[in-house]
Amino acid sequence: MKKTLMVLLAFVLFASACGDDDSVESELSDGGSVTLMTHDSFAVSDAVLEAFTDETGISVELLQSGDVGVMVSEAILTRDMPLADVMFGIDNTFLQRGLDAELFEVYESRNLDGVFPDLRIDNQHRVTPIDFGDVCVNYWIDALPEGAEAPTTLEDLTDPIYANQFVVMSPESSSPGLAFLLATINGTDDWEPYWADLVANGVSVTAGWSDAYYGEFTAGGGNRSIVVSYASSPPAEVIFADPPVDTAPTGVLLDSCFRQIEFAGILAGTEHRAEAQALIDFMLTPTFQEDVPLNMFVFPALEAAALPAEFAEFAEIANDPQTIEPAVIEANRDAWVDRWVEIVLG
Amino acid sequence: MNRLFGLGTRGVLVVVPAVFIAAFFLYPIATILWRGLGGGGGETFLDLAASSRQRDIAWFTIWQAIASTLLTLAVGIPAASAVARLSARRRRLVRALVTVPFVLPTVVVAGAFTEVFAVAGLDDGAFRLRHTVWAILIAHVFFNYAVVVRAVGSYWAALDQRMEEAARVLGANSWQTFREVTLPRLQPAVTSAAAIVFLFSFTSFGLVLILGGPRRATIETEIYRQAITRLNLEAAAALAALQLLAVLALVILSTRLERRRPIVGRGARSSCRTAAPTWRWGNLIIGLVLLGGPIGVLVERSFSTGGGYGLDHYEALGERARQLPAPATTALWNSVVFAVAATALAVLVGLLASLVVVHGRSGVARIFDLGFTLPLGTSAVTIGFGMLIALDEPPLDLRTNWWIIPIAHALVGVPFVVRTMVPVLRSIDPALHEAAAVLGASPARARREIDVPIGMRGLLLGAGFAFAVSLGEFGATSFLPRRPENLTAPIALFRLLTTPGDLLRGQAMALSVVLMVLVATAVLMIESGRRGDEGVL
Amino acid sequence: MMLALRGVEVRFGDVRAVTDTDLDLAAGELLALLGPSGCGKSTLLRAIAGLEPLVTGTISLDGDDITAAAPEARPFGLMFQDHVLFPHRDVGRNVEFGLRMNAVAPAARRERVGELLELVGLAGYERRAVTTLSGGEAQRVALARALAPAPRVLLLDEPLGSLDRHLRDRLIGELPGVLEATGTAAIHVTHDHDEAFALGDRVGVMHDGRLHQTDPPAEVWAAPRSLVVARILGHTNVIEGPTGIEVWRTDAAVIDPAGDVEATVDRVHFRGVDHDVRLCTADGGGLRFVLPAAPAVGSSVRLRIDPERVIRFD
Repeated sequence: MKKTLMVLLAFVLFASACGDDDSVESELSDGGSVTLMTHDSFAVSDAVLEAFTDETGISVELLQSGDVGVMVSEAILTRDMPLADVMFGIDNTFLQRGLDAELFEVYESRNLDGVFPDLRIDNQHRVTPIDFGDVCVNYWIDALPEGAEAPTTLEDLTDPIYANQFVVMSPESSSPGLAFLLATINGTDDWEPYWADLVANGVSVTAGWSDAYYGEFTAGGGNRSIVVSYASSPPAEVIFADPPVDTAPTGVLLDSCFRQIEFAGILAGTEHRAEAQALIDFMLTPTFQEDVPLNMFVFPALEAAALPAEFAEFAEIANDPQTIEPAVIEANRDAWVDRWVEIVLG
Repeated sequence: MNRLFGLGTRGVLVVVPAVFIAAFFLYPIATILWRGLGGGGGETFLDLAASSRQRDIAWFTIWQAIASTLLTLAVGIPAASAVARLSARRRRLVRALVTVPFVLPTVVVAGAFTEVFAVAGLDDGAFRLRHTVWAILIAHVFFNYAVVVRAVGSYWAALDQRMEEAARVLGANSWQTFREVTLPRLQPAVTSAAAIVFLFSFTSFGLVLILGGPRRATIETEIYRQAITRLNLEAAAALAALQLLAVLALVILSTRLERRRPIVGRGARSSCRTAAPTWRWGNLIIGLVLLGGPIGVLVERSFSTGGGYGLDHYEALGERARQLPAPATTALWNSVVFAVAATALAVLVGLLASLVVVHGRSGVARIFDLGFTLPLGTSAVTIGFGMLIALDEPPLDLRTNWWIIPIAHALVGVPFVVRTMVPVLRSIDPALHEAAAVLGASPARARREIDVPIGMRGLLLGAGFAFAVSLGEFGATSFLPRRPENLTAPIALFRLLTTPGDLLRGQAMALSVVLMVLVATAVLMIESGRRGDEGVL
Repeated sequence: MMLALRGVEVRFGDVRAVTDTDLDLAAGELLALLGPSGCGKSTLLRAIAGLEPLVTGTISLDGDDITAAAPEARPFGLMFQDHVLFPHRDVGRNVEFGLRMNAVAPAARRERVGELLELVGLAGYERRAVTTLSGGEAQRVALARALAPAPRVLLLDEPLGSLDRHLRDRLIGELPGVLEATGTAAIHVTHDHDEAFALGDRVGVMHDGRLHQTDPPAEVWAAPRSLVVARILGHTNVIEGPTGIEVWRTDAAVIDPAGDVEATVDRVHFRGVDHDVRLCTADGGGLRFVLPAAPAVGSSVRLRIDPERVIRFD
């Protein structure tokens, strides 16, 4: 029993110690605090959030969980008892779901004018665009089949010369997988026979991005040279190369890109409205915007934000990416995915 | 229990674990199911049953879990027999080593398997394993091997080996001896291990998706699909309810089996010194190849740098990668602290619950037996989301509290503690209590002198499991909103693998190797830290 | 000879548990293997049963080499000190086990089980759970189980060690009869020389993994071949004299005022017919004799030693 008691005691001490920690933290700031709910891919330099706190006296608490889908589902589930004041990271493929659930309060940021007009798709200003990234077909330049040029159109991928070279992710379980399906829906004459042709040409399907990129694509030692990834993947291949390289080993098929826009919004029911607004405004300042590319491998929404050298050199932005309105996506997604499953997974 | 425990102790014994499981499991689960099914939920459930797709999914889930369990037993029991014959020190070492897969995130394991299949030429052609059900089964054996080797091997080591010798001399060959004499006596441990393996395979998520390929769906992946991808909470809740019912049925069945025979004849000394014939090592070979292949791939990759081999990736763990809110070393430290807290919780709750299961009145005992096994068979989405919407008001507004993570981990750890403790406690001969009473020990004293040292074996084994499970937990953690400073190692690992680049991948591999070393060391320390491992039984 | 061991050696790592051992057993013979614990006698028994592999040496039965045969292929039975009954089977199914393994038909099995339980005095115990048996009953069930498949040789590993004296004496009395009734030869391992002498047609004395002497009980007692054997037989009166070493058997002394040996009586144990008397000599040596009458403790006595009952080693 003595041991049990000691464990119990340790538990209680531990609990109280941790409890103290929390209360100290939340009482420290004079200018109030704001809680930012985001997905696990969110990353920002320490100095950037510190700059915000220095400037406004507002401290930012981060809450991270899962991916976009998980985050949005959680926000909807906890709508009556919100976990946070601001959400960052809801993208255009999930946006309508959040809007339908009336997750957000209207707020038009004073910095919105500087954002690329194409990205400002919510006229009611419930959400504010913060960054964007293009989901595009990537290819490993040196691993393409002998005699094959780099593909330049979506239709090229059905060419037998690329037989058994292409790996995609299931739109059922993968966000870039869904984005690529949307790209084909918008970017081909008729997406259903297009996918049937891809299947005939030996397309491989994985559940998620990691097992496609590192499992079957050349990057992980796999034997497929074409993969669905991001326009920002080539600079990542340079920045995180081992040993260092001067040029990107991968290229991007710009004709295949679907634009994902990430938004921030003030969660309905917040008690820190002013702080939440300040945070959203801050996210559209050059300080935050210029930090975004190298941390999250997406592009800043602010036109004036300067791109880091690696991005400027190795990242390409699609001139004419595929886009579909969030409402259309939400209305059709399940049907499209079901149809895709029939065609591709049979 | 009346005889063994006083009224006050009995109260604590029942109330502490009951409150834990009720507050952190039953209440959240009930809340999420009610949210999903309340109001016309019955219809959803009927629709579900009527859908042939859902029937296929349910059927596949069950049979792959059964097949995984049988395969794991088939590979694990011979290994357990070899482990049982090892010296105490070597046994502890093997027991620690086989726990290594527990902490590996599925995405890493799946990647390693894919590579092993490729090297072995099994990724395509006539013997293609990639994206087949075989890949799922093999990976389930990889993860669950430890459950059988540890639980059955330790129990086996305590069995009187002369029983087998008696059978051999009476004319039974080795197979007959195993079937007629060994297996019936091992049954409590085998049933316990089988229940855990089944539940693990039943709710396995990442492996099914990645190794099985996008065509395979289980109830677990389907719950995720409905809850996250489609935001169809009704369907998700109906599936979760279905999953719960299936698990409930299985656990009832397995606890029946476990209870059916009182186990006696244990505790006798085993034969003095038996020369270990070399063939016994053969029993471990399948396991070593199975575990060694993918782990070898990970280790090789972790040392492989652009210019050959080196420690670069390990050194990089100390610096914060851009994708992570903190350095990987911080994540490792967090994981260890979470694991210590989760293990303490799981051990405390599991110990008390096991005592109730073994000594409690049969009604209460049965409910405890079920209640403390269920979390293992409940999907991470259900637990995560359930906590999120149920624990949102004081005094239980724990949604963003530090403790929610170790509590969620402990929920998965408790079943391990209970399932390893119960067979051990049951095996304690009641005559020992009588003997102690005659020698003048009070019931409490008798318990301390007899149950505690003997039970310690099961407890340490369970604690080792709980620690490993917590260290490697990914699913429920990823569904719980966390402060960035509470980053865990498996989440960090997953994050590192979501941006291209060899440096990040190398770091992820180094991180997984560190995790493996960490868990093996920790389990070794936990299990060799106390008396009573070999001496008592 | 029916069973013959030649040059047998068993090792545990570097330890030679049994070494350079020859042994013969005739049909129907009962051989008692005597030795202190750890001498290798149980190991030798296990080696004969096939439970320990030989490093060198051969075991043959009726001239056929069975050195490499699996335990189940040898027509032997084995009984352990604490019976080792299968806890998950009742008495009948314990006894039946060996018959089932030898594919005996169910009806014949039932009959044989009844027969054997009757032989060991437990008729009608078939459905009893083995956990409800007393120590003596359990040992009888173990005997019945071992005898059921009609083994050629029954190997007994201190089967009486855990029983109380009364039961032990009874079973010592019954065992030869049971073995005779079934025509079974037996090797009986024990560390108790009384038991060995009472049971064995011949007694083999083991020490440090070697079989030192195998002879009929009276011969072993009267003429141990070495000091080691003498000590194992319970001879404690070892005297180093000018001509070599003498061992005075415990029955070698009589109290005689004219005796050569003077000693003080230290302790006396009454044993019924006689007395176990311990004495101290003037030079501090201890002696032990069995005497018909008990001298007073503390008194000084003179003893005459019968040279016929002195064993000499050079």
